[in-house]
Amino acid sequence: MLIIDCPYCGPRDQSEFSNGGEAHVKRPDGSAEIGDREWGEYVFIRANPKGIFYERWVHSHGCRKWFNCVRDTSTDEILKIYKIDEARPKLDSFKNNVKTPSGEPSLGSGNFTVKK
Amino acid sequence: MKRKYSIFSIAKNAFKGHKDWPKMWRSPEPREFYDVIIIGGGGHGLGTAYYLAKEHGLKNIAVIEKGWLGGGNTGRNTTIIRSNYLWDDSAHLYEHSLKLWENLSTELNYNVMFSQRGVMNLAHNEHDIKEIKRRVSANNLNGIDSLWLSKEEIQKKVPIMNTDNLRYPVLGASYQPRGGTARHDAVAWGFAMRADEMGVDIIQNCEAHQIKTKNGKIEGVETSKGFIRANKVGVVASGHTGVLAETAGIRLPLQSKPLQALVSEPIKPIIDTVVMSSAVHAYVSQSDKGELVIGAGTDGYNSFTQRGGFDIIEETVRAMVELYPVFGKMKMLRQWGGIVDICPDASPIISKCDVEGLFFNCGWGTGGFKATPGSANVFAHTIAKNEAHQINSAFNLDRFASGKLVDEHGAAAVAH
Repeated sequence: MLIIDCPYCGPRDQSEFSNGGEAHVKRPDGSAEIGDREWGEYVFIRANPKGIFYERWVHSHGCRKWFNCVRDTSTDEILKIYKIDEARPKLDSFKNNVKTPSGEPSLGSGNFTVKK
Repeated sequence: MKRKYSIFSIAKNAFKGHKDWPKMWRSPEPREFYDVIIIGGGGHGLGTAYYLAKEHGLKNIAVIEKGWLGGGNTGRNTTIIRSNYLWDDSAHLYEHSLKLWENLSTELNYNVMFSQRGVMNLAHNEHDIKEIKRRVSANNLNGIDSLWLSKEEIQKKVPIMNTDNLRYPVLGASYQPRGGTARHDAVAWGFAMRADEMGVDIIQNCEAHQIKTKNGKIEGVETSKGFIRANKVGVVASGHTGVLAETAGIRLPLQSKPLQALVSEPIKPIIDTVVMSSAVHAYVSQSDKGELVIGAGTDGYNSFTQRGGFDIIEETVRAMVELYPVFGKMKMLRQWGGIVDICPDASPIISKCDVEGLFFNCGWGTGGFKATPGSANVFAHTIAKNEAHQINSAFNLDRFASGKLVDEHGAAAVAH
């Protein structure tokens, strides 16, 4: 289980929180003009990287406030937590430990973070 | 070489101390070019290669796998097989699969230990009853065996179940007698062996790094064993399908999450059917070794760590102990996680895409094992003919633009 450092309440168990999926998703402009495909992408498609992921959390069983988080989905390491109105941290400010697109050493299977 | 298994070959090899069994498949180095490359050596991928070779006459096929065969979700699921889905499209797909399961051991001449011990889905409240009864009727209209069991009938089938003295009492259940379980590894091995016999190259420890395309056409796959050219590429990489699609510039409506399962110490036969409950989230069957195979839920966030949070296990075990108080003092042997790719409508994608020669079979979410032969069969058809089989035509990528979703959240075993 993760320990998440709520910017309002401090570090708590992840079971107190709910995940809100990808952060910084923008509703497309000009909704009258765009086609079904663009709408479909906005409604159904979210980033799903193995590696650095910008996501939203809400402290459901605490202060009930939303905030953003940068987490490495290949290790579950939380890299940064920031308030919802703060700017999106730049991707190159994080060290990306993922070695291949699927995030594992070139040989072998299973997850290297578990083996470590 | 044709490998045949029979009671005589077992007896013969037993006398030789089991030292002379032939290797089940070769371990070739990749060639420069293949007609079709399948990325992912699990049941679905190996099955696809098998049906491509057997039913569509393609010979120059490779299956590339980053680890060992069936080491991903094929070896991590709870092996439940059923076809009691609500909508016509899913019912046909899963029933197609169930029919193939029924003959798979004979077809492959390899025992996949398919055991039709029945699958029960419990109802715990008024809404469950209505939803499950509706699903039973829908199944019957589609020619799928499915019936409603009263509480008394459940008690007769599973005497150890506590039906009354719990927070969400058991009020009834749907039951599919033809459902059951199978040996998950055997499915991968059986398909692999028979595909290998037909000339399919199964290349393990070969990780796909990048899907290369040029002018909207597939070029090949960059792998840890170098670049391999191909006319067609089928991606069947479960949780990592989205990551691979991204390397070809394609965004898929998938979210990858850990799904956990656990097994208990082995005990004498105590439960001879599969019992699932979505409402309290516990499902269980007993393996031939005697271990209780218990399915837990997905974590609430994206992750590729193949671990999962302990709170999920705790919730499932709590429900298990309430439903079956007799399990309260048992010890659990192992717990593990697999990365599942979940679609917004809890239905799979078996489809071509904008890139010519690139195909996806993904989005099986928390319930892909039951579909293994059926999914492989129609995916092979889709790759060979460049168009969907009638059975998988609804499971295309276009549905996320047209809105014609196949919403199976109710029939999925794990709520997500």
